[in-house]
Amino acid sequence: MLTVFLQFLFSGLTVGSVYALVGIGFNIIYNATSIINLAQGEFVVIGGLLMWFFTESLKLPFLLSAVLTILSAGLIGLLMERLTIKPLKNADLLLMIMITIAVSIVLRGILMFNFGKDPYVYPPFTEGEPLSIYGAIIQQQTLWVIGITGLCIILLFLFFNKTIVGKAMLACAVNPTAAKLVGINVSRMVMLSFILSAVVGAIGGMAITPISLMEYDKGPMLAVKGFCAAIMGGLGSNRGAVIGGFIIGILESMTAGYIHSGLKDAVALVILLLILFFKPAGIFVSKTMLQLRKF
Amino acid sequence: MLNIKGIWKSFGGLMALRHISVDVKEGDIKALIGPNGAGKTTLLNIISGIYQPDKGEVFFLGRNISNLPSTKIARKGISRTFQHVELFGNMTVLENIMVGRYVKTKAGFFSSGLKMPYVMKEEKEIQRKSEEILEYINLAQRNDELASNLPIGEQRILEIGRALATEPRLLLLDEPAAGLNIRETRNLGEIIRKIRKELRITIVLVEHDMELVMRISDSITVLNFGEVIAEGTPLEVQKNREVIVAYLGEEEEIQRGYNAHT
Amino acid sequence: MKKGDSLVFFIFIFLIGLLPVLSGSTYIMTVGVFAGINALVAIGLCILMGYAGQISLGQAGFYGIGAYVSAVLSLHFGLPVVVSLILAMVVAAMVAVILAVPALRLKGHYLAVATLGFGEIIYIILNEWGPGGPSGFGDIPHFSLLGYTITSTTGYFYLIWGLVAVVMIFSLNLIHSRTGRALRAIHDSELASNAMGLDVVELKIKVFILSAVYASLAGGLYAHYITFISPSSFSLFYSILVLMMVIVGGITNLWGAIIGAVVITVLPELLRRFEEFDVLVYGLILTLSLMFFRKGLVPILVEKIKKLRGLAVVKH
Ligand SMILES: Nc1ncnc2c1ncn2[C@@H]1O[C@H](COP(=O)(O)OP(=O)(O)O)[C@@H](O)[C@H]1O
Ligand SMILES: [Mg+2]
Repeated sequence: MLTVFLQFLFSGLTVGSVYALVGIGFNIIYNATSIINLAQGEFVVIGGLLMWFFTESLKLPFLLSAVLTILSAGLIGLLMERLTIKPLKNADLLLMIMITIAVSIVLRGILMFNFGKDPYVYPPFTEGEPLSIYGAIIQQQTLWVIGITGLCIILLFLFFNKTIVGKAMLACAVNPTAAKLVGINVSRMVMLSFILSAVVGAIGGMAITPISLMEYDKGPMLAVKGFCAAIMGGLGSNRGAVIGGFIIGILESMTAGYIHSGLKDAVALVILLLILFFKPAGIFVSKTMLQLRKF
Repeated sequence: MLNIKGIWKSFGGLMALRHISVDVKEGDIKALIGPNGAGKTTLLNIISGIYQPDKGEVFFLGRNISNLPSTKIARKGISRTFQHVELFGNMTVLENIMVGRYVKTKAGFFSSGLKMPYVMKEEKEIQRKSEEILEYINLAQRNDELASNLPIGEQRILEIGRALATEPRLLLLDEPAAGLNIRETRNLGEIIRKIRKELRITIVLVEHDMELVMRISDSITVLNFGEVIAEGTPLEVQKNREVIVAYLGEEEEIQRGYNAHT
Repeated sequence: MKKGDSLVFFIFIFLIGLLPVLSGSTYIMTVGVFAGINALVAIGLCILMGYAGQISLGQAGFYGIGAYVSAVLSLHFGLPVVVSLILAMVVAAMVAVILAVPALRLKGHYLAVATLGFGEIIYIILNEWGPGGPSGFGDIPHFSLLGYTITSTTGYFYLIWGLVAVVMIFSLNLIHSRTGRALRAIHDSELASNAMGLDVVELKIKVFILSAVYASLAGGLYAHYITFISPSSFSLFYSILVLMMVIVGGITNLWGAIIGAVVITVLPELLRRFEEFDVLVYGLILTLSLMFFRKGLVPILVEKIKKLRGLAVVKH
């Protein structure tokens, strides 16, 4: 009993870590631009598939592959911002939503063209005996996923709170006009947010692929779940995204384990709709906020 | 006709209105004046249901309307214009007015799609009436232009026309002369007077242009920092010491804020 | 309808009548049938997005509801196809109300994600509980009315494009009416719409229902035409395809929805040889039209025509 429960719990924490990272990716861009980047899930897929390409296809060493994957993901984030987001500056919200969808389809198209429709996998980061807690098996890769997620969260926290660039990015979020006045290059910060967000997503993809495989069209579902994680704790809050990610991951793996595996995606979707519909407080623009803007 | 009783409204820590009471007599042009930030727009927003008051009540024709949403209030016969013009920018001048006829007509979703005979009749009526209103506010020659392409002066007049199309009993005007030149302002004054006289619509006018206010209003209420500091006929208000201090003390600022805005 | 619309409408009817005569090829007719089905969904989304300013990434959900409900009712419950089609629309309308009441309070991004989530839930439901699960089911009866059953593709071509014409008339009437003006007003300024006494919430819900009903009608017709359905036709990708049709054709013009539907339906046929490219091509088309042809084909064309006419007038 306990063993099975623990097993589900750990697998929930593992996928939950990735949802948390996707959620954080949403937050980073949202904070800098108030755009929801619906291509966020593709960054994760890119991480997994590129890592496979470098390690398995080109047979490059692990660390080099990891660095190359991260650099490529950052570059893709940068290109996305410069080629599509920046030229559309000040366009209306509907258009901004659609352009991120459009980019996600382009990315998916490129991935499908290069990798086909098959799932990919590569060996865990470290070989070795799995741990066992009360009979539940914990693969070493699980520890990697959770550890890397934790590290990302700590680094991002330090970045936003301790470095000048990080603080400047947050300032853009709070008040872009004022940020401009004090000499912050808002456009550069927006670009940086896309790079950072792509890198965070790709790291999640690199870590999870040995456990749950990766294929070209996993992006939309990852994005939806990551978004769900992000709004759970209020959009923009990274701590909220982490907690939200873990909750969704755990609920999902419990549902798959105890009820029916076909319903595991439905869990996140139902939670998403419930939050959007019934917990609007921190979720959609409050009435007073709207009025503030109008008058 | 309109009785505002002890209204309080705060935004966060900022007290925008403190215990405001104002009465507007049927058929009057009531001016609401005061320096920028005095709370005039906030008061109009409360009357028209865009904000709910923290405390206090608004009575319109004897009925308490304080907690009704703006849609319902509009249907009860209060219409308004906005300090920052809120036209339907992607629609033509005529269409803007036609939207104003919405509350006075009733073609439904289905019957419109099926183009039932009564819908067509009503549509013709909407069109005729709207053209008449354009004629009335001297914008007939502009009817096919996009509202957002009009110069600001005409946009403000169009907003008044759109409000008139709802056949209101009470019309709230928020700085209708802002951005207008002297000639346009005079024309505006004429239109407002005409509306009151010919259409018998009661008017609440928020305005900085003192000449206009003094010329056309029957009674004036002066707000300062969310409080009523004076009330009376134009003559009385002009002589009021407190008003002079509040105003002259800030004359320059008003002027500056005003220019910055326009 | 307005004058310009009537003219275009006659040309449109003429083309529909003519096409099967000019080319009886089953292949072209088949593509035509699919274009018509897609046009029905696109017209609904066009009213919702272009006129009322609300986004939906869940039209595939309603399309799927239409297909499955109508197919199951006629196949397993033996209802006449016309009745099952109507009931499918009723079911879709009810689902739309349940979704719209909370969802339409949401703005922009949240509405996009909520409708996307709805579409995915329907997709999962069809996979899990739909007859035949992921592999779907067949033997769905053909469309029949008054004892006459349509089986030929040309027959479906006329039926479906006839319905497109009816839906188009209804929609054109609607957008040029009091209601249509109100929808556009809400799109431009919700604040002013409220102050003018429009029933903002009610109108939004009604258009949402309308778009769901159109999509479910299309889904039902699809099921009875093809007689075999599986969940994969009702995935997120279909919602995005419909979005693409509306954008490529021109979101502010209802005719754009039809043109967009035809273009996006015909395109993959032309690109057959580049099978592995198709997702990429779709993505690029959507991206480029958003970046450079934001207005869409039809509005751009209308402007060109107006300009030419202007020139002609000047010359004379
Ligand atoms: N939606 C709002 N949120 C916060 N403060 C507001 C809001 N609306 C008005 N205020 C504040 O209330 C005060 C009164 O504003 P307003 O009614 O616009 O003044 P007026 O129209 O007399 O110039 C101002 O200090 C203004 O900043
Ligand atoms: Mg004001």
